[in-house]
Amino acid sequence: MKVVYLDNNATTQIAPEVNEAMRPFLETLWGNPSSMHTFGGQVKKYIDRAREQVAELIGAHPDEIIFTSCGSESNNTAIKGYLAATDEPGHIITSCVEHPAVLSVCRHLHQHGWELTELRVDGRGQIDLDELRSSISEKTAMVTTMWANNETGVIFPIDRIAQIVKSSGKIFHTDAVQAVGKLPVDVGKVPVDMLTLSGHKLHAPKGIGALYVRRGTPLTPLIHGGHQERGKRAGTENVPYIVGLGVACDLARRHMQKEISELSRLRDKLEQGILSSCPDVRVNGDRKHRLPNTLNVSFEFVEGEAILLLLNELGICASSGSACTSGSLEPSHVIRAMGIPFTAAHGSIRFSLSRYNTEQDIDYTLQRLPGIIKRLREISPYISNP
Amino acid sequence: MWDYTDKVKDHFLHPRNVGEIENPDGVGEVGSMACGDALKLMFKLDHQGRITDVKFKTFGCASAIASASALTEMLKGKTIQEAEKITNRDIAEYLGGLPDQKMHCSVLGREALEAAIENYRTGGTAKHKLEGRVVCKCFGVTENEIERVIRENNLHTVEEVTNYTKAGGGCGSCRDDIAAIIGRVRQEMAAEEATATGAAKKMTNIQKIKLIEETIEKEIRPALRMDGGDIELIDVDGNRVIVAFRGMCAGCPVSAFTMKDVVEARLRQFVSEDLIVEELR
Repeated sequence: MKVVYLDNNATTQIAPEVNEAMRPFLETLWGNPSSMHTFGGQVKKYIDRAREQVAELIGAHPDEIIFTSCGSESNNTAIKGYLAATDEPGHIITSCVEHPAVLSVCRHLHQHGWELTELRVDGRGQIDLDELRSSISEKTAMVTTMWANNETGVIFPIDRIAQIVKSSGKIFHTDAVQAVGKLPVDVGKVPVDMLTLSGHKLHAPKGIGALYVRRGTPLTPLIHGGHQERGKRAGTENVPYIVGLGVACDLARRHMQKEISELSRLRDKLEQGILSSCPDVRVNGDRKHRLPNTLNVSFEFVEGEAILLLLNELGICASSGSACTSGSLEPSHVIRAMGIPFTAAHGSIRFSLSRYNTEQDIDYTLQRLPGIIKRLREISPYISNP
Repeated sequence: MWDYTDKVKDHFLHPRNVGEIENPDGVGEVGSMACGDALKLMFKLDHQGRITDVKFKTFGCASAIASASALTEMLKGKTIQEAEKITNRDIAEYLGGLPDQKMHCSVLGREALEAAIENYRTGGTAKHKLEGRVVCKCFGVTENEIERVIRENNLHTVEEVTNYTKAGGGCGSCRDDIAAIIGRVRQEMAAEEATATGAAKKMTNIQKIKLIEETIEKEIRPALRMDGGDIELIDVDGNRVIVAFRGMCAGCPVSAFTMKDVVEARLRQFVSEDLIVEELR
């Protein structure tokens, strides 16, 4: 069946170039980079190269990059690894729309005595910088907020957040899993102390991530053991995937400007097409500060899972913030935090594009989607004349 | 991705009986948009008191749509007395099962049916309202409703109750309360079972026959008579109870169903779990 994949904030296709680059390390170059013999030791230079490629994408020094197994591990390492150095529980600040890979970590620490502030967001999904300023106190140990939101694509004013945090002398971590590869991210310009990125969101495989740690930032490892990653993360290196992540970052850097304009053009076409063909639709999130690939829309009076499954019948892959798809019984915490009414929250759908989407993908979706919405509204008790 | 049966997918992709009926005999509306699913069910009866037309509209996920569609198919041709025996388990079984976390969709169907029947019995005036103490404030679930799903579905854990009613699935502050209700109901269920089996053991043959006669008179015959039928007790041989259908029940195509699900079920409930009921041919 034809597949139109519009769920790239969930995961992305492995780029063919990445696949090619990884192959030798699964077939012939399978040695251990820590070995004294040439067969193993020769692999080390490829890890070094990948570290440079990752560093280059975000404007870091290679020695500031730690390879991890995923974005969640990077977030856990950053938050727990920094706070482990402090003697007694203090105060953490985050936002209420974080991915669970940050929010659950903070709430776990909260249960173990840490004070926690979850900054609220407005209807556009933006935090209030004054609330951030007034939340920082002497007890505050660190602030962690995302760079861009996975559900709505809303981009936080990360440079201003970083400046506020740094001017008060606190540590700032950002989960930039959705931003890296989609937006220019430069730690040379934005004073973040730590930054999380994930391979499978930018066309590398699942199972590889990285944490940027600015020189001089104290960090206790989450995983103790061998000397790998300069003692910051033990475990024999996942060489093929590290090489793959390097190549994926290189591709993202070289094609970024072209991709940003092409993706936002397709995304805007999808958005305009939906708004003009379906009544009672709203776009969720700050449209002025949004990832170029992401569109989150709410279809009033219909439920998200039903929309997704009907799209699925046509081979169109998207995701929803509805309760029924989240595994919980309430709609997405991000959508609720923005104060979106229940009538629309349950019918929220996220479309997220990548470089592999085509004009035809968007045309096909726009042809089929209005019929699906109409069909479900005919069943809905909340509309008498759909 | 939910693991839906082919029957659920079929009813979701091709829902039966969607729409509204003009001048329905009973209308039930349950759930709300805030809760994430809502169902409006309406039916019309023919001159014999059987459901001749039934329609629904729903706001909900695939399994909510499928449960409502399945329920309408199950209701066609049934009398009110037959319809009100449908439980949420019957709806789930009709669909070949639902994922655990989606059982509340089948409960929503049963609640809508109950509300529609109540509305019919009060001449179209009664609207569904919550009865009993509200335990879960997030989803508006009462103690009565929680007790009922525990009994009808033999539930043991808070998680199961959440799957069946949504209670406890919001802020979670009522979870201890739900656990206490489970404890009480399970204790009551165990006590009831002990009395039921104890009573059966102590009965003499004459007492047993008397109790069977009483049960038929009070619990079974009135239901059959509403449909123009009747029943006669022919013999009791150990645990075998021989009966004969009379009137409209004799030769009724669903008499086998009536036999198992009404006569035998009631006799087992009120006399003894060990009874086997047979029809004299």
